[in-house]
Amino acid sequence: MHYDIVIIGGGPAGLAAALASKEHGAVRVLIVERDKELGGILNQCIHNGFGLHTFGEELTGPEYAARYIKKVKEAGIPYLLNTMVIDISCRDMGSDKKAGSSGFEISLMNRTDGLFQIEAGAIILAMGCRERPRGALNIPGYRPAGIYSAGTAQHFVNVEGRMPGKEVVILGSGDIGLIMARRMTLEGAAVKVVAELMPYSGGLKRNIVQCLDDFGIPLKLSHTVVDIDGKERVKGVTIAKVDEHLKPIPGTEEYIPCDTLLLSVGLIPENELSMKLGVTLSPVTSGPVVDESLETNIPGVFACGNVLHVHDLVDYVSREAMTAGENAAAYMKGELKHDGKQIEIKPDYGVRYTVPSFLDPHRMPEELTVRFRVSESFSQVKLCVYYDGVLIKATKKRIMAPGEMEEIKLKKAELSKYHDLRQIRIAIEREGA
Amino acid sequence: MGKKEMICICCPLGCRLSTVVEEDNISVTGNSCPRGKTYAITELTDPRRIVTSTVRVRSCDTPVVSVKTKEGVPKHKMQECIRELAAIELQAPIYAGEVVKENIAGTGIAVVATKDIA
Repeated sequence: MHYDIVIIGGGPAGLAAALASKEHGAVRVLIVERDKELGGILNQCIHNGFGLHTFGEELTGPEYAARYIKKVKEAGIPYLLNTMVIDISCRDMGSDKKAGSSGFEISLMNRTDGLFQIEAGAIILAMGCRERPRGALNIPGYRPAGIYSAGTAQHFVNVEGRMPGKEVVILGSGDIGLIMARRMTLEGAAVKVVAELMPYSGGLKRNIVQCLDDFGIPLKLSHTVVDIDGKERVKGVTIAKVDEHLKPIPGTEEYIPCDTLLLSVGLIPENELSMKLGVTLSPVTSGPVVDESLETNIPGVFACGNVLHVHDLVDYVSREAMTAGENAAAYMKGELKHDGKQIEIKPDYGVRYTVPSFLDPHRMPEELTVRFRVSESFSQVKLCVYYDGVLIKATKKRIMAPGEMEEIKLKKAELSKYHDLRQIRIAIEREGA
Repeated sequence: MGKKEMICICCPLGCRLSTVVEEDNISVTGNSCPRGKTYAITELTDPRRIVTSTVRVRSCDTPVVSVKTKEGVPKHKMQECIRELAAIELQAPIYAGEVVKENIAGTGIAVVATKDIA
């Protein structure tokens, strides 16, 4: 089977990418999803607050997904469920010797067809992300039952209808952890504390207010779990305050009895497939390095959503995915060609990374959205954009937080005034500096 | 007269609001825009939340269906809503938007399914 565009992942990114690629002229589009239904993680995010930017109303996760799933079905886009992509490889290189130029071969597996292959002219990576596990945290202690990532607990409660525990401590103040603090409290569990290693929360303000403050759940910043007690089942955890180097301060330990520890300590883009294919990954985001078209270093391979970088709002995922879908369609029509010119977008002081990492001034749209995150909390600062060392724009920002994705717009008309531009630098500067 | 501090959630700015209640008058400071004042007054006089939860589904591969209150219910009634929902068991098929329970916790507000269960 040959497809114009194959989309790996049927979550919010994959759905929007599929729709946009079809709308922009791709004929044979396929979505491959490993779960038993489309919608991805939205299916277990039963809380509301999704889609405020896209639809102007607050939807629950399943409702947001359903809107896109309906459109995908109406557009007649085929999808495979319960199907895992095992491998993607570039087919024999064409005359121009460029990887990907003659398409890709995808190996898939499912229970009905076993292992099989399909061909694709272009690929959109939309596999999403995974939670950082306990193993990545180096917390000493036994390996008792009762330690879950927050998303696993969310799946238990919201999809399987089971409660993972009664007395809960949550490590990490990521949004999923905050949402689960509220969910488990409402279902009758006692959430004793949310401990956050950093001096600020990684979650949205609204979640801190509505998931913790509403229920009187304490948030202890600059605190971490230093010991887990219990051999068969968690009996309690010891938390301690940490210093500015994030090292626990002796004497500040506090033992909290509990039967469950939830971890909400970050998300990592899931890029095993991308790596095997030879896609260059960013050490900062763990996602592919992409250009203005969200194309990776391999022509014809695009990336969007949480596999590219972890987003805070699904609305931004959908928007980004539409860009990827549109560009993949343009690639298939032969309209997306490099002329070799690339301008680097450099994250400087206070900016952890940018997506995209570079741009081709000829391929960029009239207005290009550059998304980024800041490395720490800032207040009363200026967001500065430099073209080869010349300050072009300084936007006052009252507050910037690592938990919230930021964006700036670059205009093609403005950029074209600067010939031989090599670098666009984005930095945070103090007011008055 | 009562004083209360809160964080505005209308936008990412997250203004720290200080409120003072004197008889019929509520004064709000610390807000950067009018939305902050409206938020503070609503939070003090009639705080409401959309409650989202799950309800059991009988004889189906899917053990639960996700639901929400159609509008915000008074904040202090959230737990009661959850308790009433825990007592319900539904039969598939269920369609998103279908009323699962009328007048939850005596609020006059309906609870609807947010997902299709075939």
